[in-house]
Amino acid sequence: MQKYKLNAINIRKTYDDITALKSASIQLKEGEFLTLLGPSGSGKTTLLMAIAGLNSPDSGEIWIDGELATHLPPFKRDLGMVFQNYALFPHMTVFDNIAFPLRMRKNKASVIKEEVMKVLDIVELGHVANRYPKELSGGQQQRIALARCFVYKPSIILMDEPLGALDKKLRDSLQREIKKLHENLGITVLYVTHDQEEAMVMSDRICVMNNGEIDQIGTPAELYFQPSTVFSADFLGESNLFSGTVSSINEQEVEVVGPSGMVIKGMSKVPVNTGDEVKFMVRPESVDLNALETEENVTHGTLTEVIVSGQITKLFAELADGTEMMSTQLTRTSEHTLRVGAKVSLSWRASNTVILIS
Amino acid sequence: MSLPSKAASGITGASTFKNRDWGKILSISPAFLFLGFFFVYPVILLLGLSLVDDSGALSLEHYVHLFEKAVYMKVLLITLKIAAWTTLFALLAGYPIAYLLSTTNSNTRNSLIIWVLMPFWTSFLVRTFAWMVLLGRHGALNDLLFALDLIDVPVRLIYNFTGVMIGMTHALMPLCILTMLSVMENIDRNLVSAASTLGARGGQSFWRVYFPLSMPGVAAGGMLVFITALGFFITPALLGGARDTMIVQVIIFQIQEVLNWGFAGAIAMLLLVSVLIIFTIYDQLIGLSTLSGESTQGRKKGLIGRFGARVGSIIINGLGNACERFGVLIDLLLRPSAGVARKSMGRLPLWIVSMTVLAFLCIPAFFVIPVSFTEEGFLGWPPRGFSLQWYEQILQSEAWAAAASRSFLVASASALLGMSIGVPAAFFLVRRQFFGKAAVFAFLVSPIIMPNIIIAVALFYLYAKLGLVGTNLGLILGHTILAIPYVVITVMAILKNYDHRLDQAAWTLGANKWQTLTRITLPLLSAGLIASFMFAFIISFDELTISLFVTGGEVTTLPKKMWDDALMRVSPLLAAVAALLLAFMTLVILLSEYIRRRGTGK
Repeated sequence: MQKYKLNAINIRKTYDDITALKSASIQLKEGEFLTLLGPSGSGKTTLLMAIAGLNSPDSGEIWIDGELATHLPPFKRDLGMVFQNYALFPHMTVFDNIAFPLRMRKNKASVIKEEVMKVLDIVELGHVANRYPKELSGGQQQRIALARCFVYKPSIILMDEPLGALDKKLRDSLQREIKKLHENLGITVLYVTHDQEEAMVMSDRICVMNNGEIDQIGTPAELYFQPSTVFSADFLGESNLFSGTVSSINEQEVEVVGPSGMVIKGMSKVPVNTGDEVKFMVRPESVDLNALETEENVTHGTLTEVIVSGQITKLFAELADGTEMMSTQLTRTSEHTLRVGAKVSLSWRASNTVILIS
Repeated sequence: MSLPSKAASGITGASTFKNRDWGKILSISPAFLFLGFFFVYPVILLLGLSLVDDSGALSLEHYVHLFEKAVYMKVLLITLKIAAWTTLFALLAGYPIAYLLSTTNSNTRNSLIIWVLMPFWTSFLVRTFAWMVLLGRHGALNDLLFALDLIDVPVRLIYNFTGVMIGMTHALMPLCILTMLSVMENIDRNLVSAASTLGARGGQSFWRVYFPLSMPGVAAGGMLVFITALGFFITPALLGGARDTMIVQVIIFQIQEVLNWGFAGAIAMLLLVSVLIIFTIYDQLIGLSTLSGESTQGRKKGLIGRFGARVGSIIINGLGNACERFGVLIDLLLRPSAGVARKSMGRLPLWIVSMTVLAFLCIPAFFVIPVSFTEEGFLGWPPRGFSLQWYEQILQSEAWAAAASRSFLVASASALLGMSIGVPAAFFLVRRQFFGKAAVFAFLVSPIIMPNIIIAVALFYLYAKLGLVGTNLGLILGHTILAIPYVVITVMAILKNYDHRLDQAAWTLGANKWQTLTRITLPLLSAGLIASFMFAFIISFDELTISLFVTGGEVTTLPKKMWDDALMRVSPLLAAVAALLLAFMTLVILLSEYIRRRGTGK
């Protein structure tokens, strides 16, 4: 068995009569950044808490650094955790907060001082050492929470929506900062968020969770371009999702009859049979409008709405049977040729069409 | 909205600006006028009496007398000693319960808190009688110890210091628990989780993180218990011996037996100064703002405060480390496996301690019930036979009926008056920002902090001049003084949780201020307001000190009648009254709880 930094096997957790986590397994390699992504109530925080030792799973095993830790108390796990609301101790100064884990580990005072100042320099907040958390801004508090975690070099750092309370600009810059710290310090991170964009930006791999179960694990690109479930396809990014019936199969290439009788070619990673009811998905940016050279899949419709949202323009077209389809294009100044009401052709490649079992 | 009407509303807005200023003052002025005339003025009169001699000339003779006689200093010392021990016991026994309540889930908390409040709500005299039954020479506890062969002669548990301690700790612990709880509830539970992920064992994270954060609550609870205890006289009079005389008993003696008003005023001054000194020390160390559950972080501490913090952190770190050693030792002995879920034993001792304390809080109230059905003519344990004779006696007695109906009338009227004065004041305090807000709040709640006996004696003096002694009106006004602070505090608490945007939404939808108040704000607050009314009602219904004086011995309320009877002879009749009161109070509480739940259920 390959030695993982963290190996959680078949973790199950119920609260009274609610099953928060059905049977989840994840593995983290040394230095990896894995994100648990899902809507609220999907079980991602429950899984994180079980790994942190803040709740006790009903069944399953947790191995940290090759050692069994399923029911070990949190203070023996050598993990770091960054909480949603930072959980900085309000009665201690910034220095004392960061020194806390070192003091718990019985480090010498001189070592503590040196280590704390070093990590404060890394997060560029050396000048606030003697202030209380309340006197800092949200972003500063977040960086102190990170520093308190880095200072004792835990083998894994768990982060529970650490940027949830910050505004967009600050969130963007802290995302990059966390990513940079992760790369420079080579730490292993398990991250929880419900923000799919954040997950895409930061992660090596993303674990999509839904209804207390793991839906799909993969790199951001895999999840985006080859989702294996309808839920993942829908949750990550925007998508055109249609129902159809399989009409012919040629190895991986599958032909599906969709709405308005359009015949679509797509790729399927899962085995399907002729006559199966399936879904097929194409990302809006893969759909070309009125292309001179059309791709394998073509359909026609009427333009119903054009929305310019900054860098990209979203165009909505209605097919003959009323089905709506979206295409996104980079916004260009001169693009006024297409008006609402215009007849358009929509085309996309078979390789960009993912067949999913509904 | 069209343009002209916008302009019009702008104009009316400008013209009502001054009216709104008047509205501001109107809402809080009744509270000021009322407390000014019935609270501040008589207290100043009383204290002024202590500074003049019999001829009316300025003189310090009362104070000379007070400090000359060793007996008064001794009584002051005894009072301080009793208050200090009561505070210590209330904190030690109350902390585990408050901790349990603040860290358990909300269902368990709601059901446990009723038991904490139970003694708070049951009549003060009822509880004291119950202790007399339980702790007497032939009381239940002695009988039990006798039956278990633990003793040969009855232990003296009553009419001495032990009796006073039991009675007072019991009386004041609920106040202590609730004050501590208000701070503990605001401690973020993630902080303890964070400490444990950072490497702290249970003991370490409790002592280094939770305990320091709960200190403001401990300090506030301790201080409230201490100053309330200073003003006690019922418990020491009924459960204590001659050597446990407290300062208030001396004031009562001076007024009722010696009629020496000037000297009583001097003792009252001594009591008041003691309370103020304690307040000042508390403010220096902790800060008065913590009384309303606010945190103390980021506040500049004085020299004493810094020294205290230093010593405190050394003690706390020591306790934390000791706990850690203990934990390591246990681990070595038990060798827990990482693969096996361990049963959480950590909270079992906490539950045992908490349940014992809760039993201590609740048992006395329930003990009066069996005793009230005795066939015998004296209050003994165990009760013999079954008879309703005592209940018959009460129900047939005109004196008891008159006392009960007067209590009911006075309590309803003073609660209503207290609401009509206190609610606008609470609105004003929550909704407006102005200079000196903290001082205004402190003034409105000061009747709670002022020992009741001073209010009672001062009112008696004022009423004697106004001819209000022995009237229902006098009683109502007196109880209203006490009701106002409770109404202000409870209504402010409700208002703080009220989403002000609902009012703003109503305004944008076209409702004017009055419509918003009557159609949105008050309906949403009604459950809280009714609970607040019940609170004020019970305060008055249970009040003895003021009644004792302003009734002038002519008319009587229920607690006063019980007190008068108890001083003559403690009979099963009193147990029956107590049981009836218990039933009535329970009904009132269940009713207010029902209204509260229905209110939140919406």
